[in-house]
Amino acid sequence: MKGFDLTALLLNPAFTGMLARGLLMTFIVAIGSWLLAMSLAFILLTIRLTGGRVAEAAVAVYVSYHRNVPTLVQLMLWYFGIASLLPDALQEWLGDHNAEAIFAVIGLGLCQAAYFSEDLRSGLRAVGRGQTEAARALGHSYIGMMRFVLMPQALRNAMPALVNHTVSLFKNSSLAMAIGVVELTHAVREVENESFRTFEVYLVATLLYLLCTLALMTGGAMLGRRAEAMGAR
Amino acid sequence: MLSNAIGIIQDNWLLLLIGQYPNGPLGGVAATLLLSVLAILLAFPFSVLVALARLSHLWALRIPATALVYGVRGIPLLMIIFWVYFMFPLLFGISVPGFATMLCTLVLYEGAFLSEVVRAGITALPAGQMDAARALGHSYGSAMRFVILPQALVNMLPSILSQFVSTIQDTTLGYVINVPELTFAANQINNRLLTKPFEVFLILALTYYAICFSLTQLASWLERSIATRRAGPAMPKLVLAQ
Repeated sequence: MKGFDLTALLLNPAFTGMLARGLLMTFIVAIGSWLLAMSLAFILLTIRLTGGRVAEAAVAVYVSYHRNVPTLVQLMLWYFGIASLLPDALQEWLGDHNAEAIFAVIGLGLCQAAYFSEDLRSGLRAVGRGQTEAARALGHSYIGMMRFVLMPQALRNAMPALVNHTVSLFKNSSLAMAIGVVELTHAVREVENESFRTFEVYLVATLLYLLCTLALMTGGAMLGRRAEAMGAR
Repeated sequence: MLSNAIGIIQDNWLLLLIGQYPNGPLGGVAATLLLSVLAILLAFPFSVLVALARLSHLWALRIPATALVYGVRGIPLLMIIFWVYFMFPLLFGISVPGFATMLCTLVLYEGAFLSEVVRAGITALPAGQMDAARALGHSYGSAMRFVILPQALVNMLPSILSQFVSTIQDTTLGYVINVPELTFAANQINNRLLTKPFEVFLILALTYYAICFSLTQLASWLERSIATRRAGPAMPKLVLAQ
């Protein structure tokens, strides 16, 4: 073990480059899966609200599966399992286009959609019954009522849970390293192997993660306060 | 595909269940459950201490405990695993088996999350409980021990059970440091068969689903029955004295 020397790591462009590329990939995976999860969550919510019993049960099974199976196992099933069932041409195309990252985004996004849709649903449930009646009495159509009356309030109610789950999605992006995505945690392992500066590189990466999650948490808290102020108006 | 999956289970059920034990370390479902149970049992007293420290009016206790909780909540579990994995041998000069490394990590990680549950459970009790206990002559410690914690713990049981489910899911991350547990066993099987990854990982996913789903159901049943209990028995009709 060499003495503690942060500059040996930070002043070496090869190492900082690897870490920066890793951080960029972490952002790509996290943001990509967040967008997928959010859009899917709204679709799931719509199916639950408007679909028949069968559609509703299907969404319930979807949510239950994604909440009870460990995220890492879901990623493995996508990358090792489902990928092997795809047609050869598609597999080849994926292989040329960073299949690991694509499956990480799909796996994490589908998993997190289950959490987001439940957050939205309980946010919607917390909106008073009178709001629906008032909106209908004012002549809103179903969509207009959802868009202008119920959803804004539901989002406000769901805000703390959505922020929490966004933070855990960001943290879970590190699981992508297990299927070979070269994101921050993966880059850390590589730099460690080449520099032998284990302590320093873990310190830097941990601080980077902490910086991002704390920023998400404070940003989320600010959004929550603003939403509350808007609600009180 | 189904017959493939059944064949895999028939050939490997023992490996999935207990790993290579007794010829090797305990693995499979047994190791996953053992690891989770030990982790939650050890994490619980730790979480009570952290929660009490966070509620303390001594800043020397409150600030480090708060920093610990925020730190652990802000760092991916995978990073914490790697920290423990390489710090342990460095600090104690001995190599530690993966199981123990994972256990320590989980105690720290789940303990931090659990401490928030405990803290919420304590603060959810009416302040009058503490006042009454102190008025009866209890010290702070004995009021906590005999009045506050027993009530808070019952209310917290469903959340603790949910945290146990999360713990089971988090043990899968032991795979990256080769802890012999269920995910590790499935990967061993997959590496041996090579041709049936979908079946192997589907079996893995469904096994976790069966375990975690039944525990989640238990947690929500518990939550309902505690809520009913707290609502109290139906009020007896008033019998007016003539």
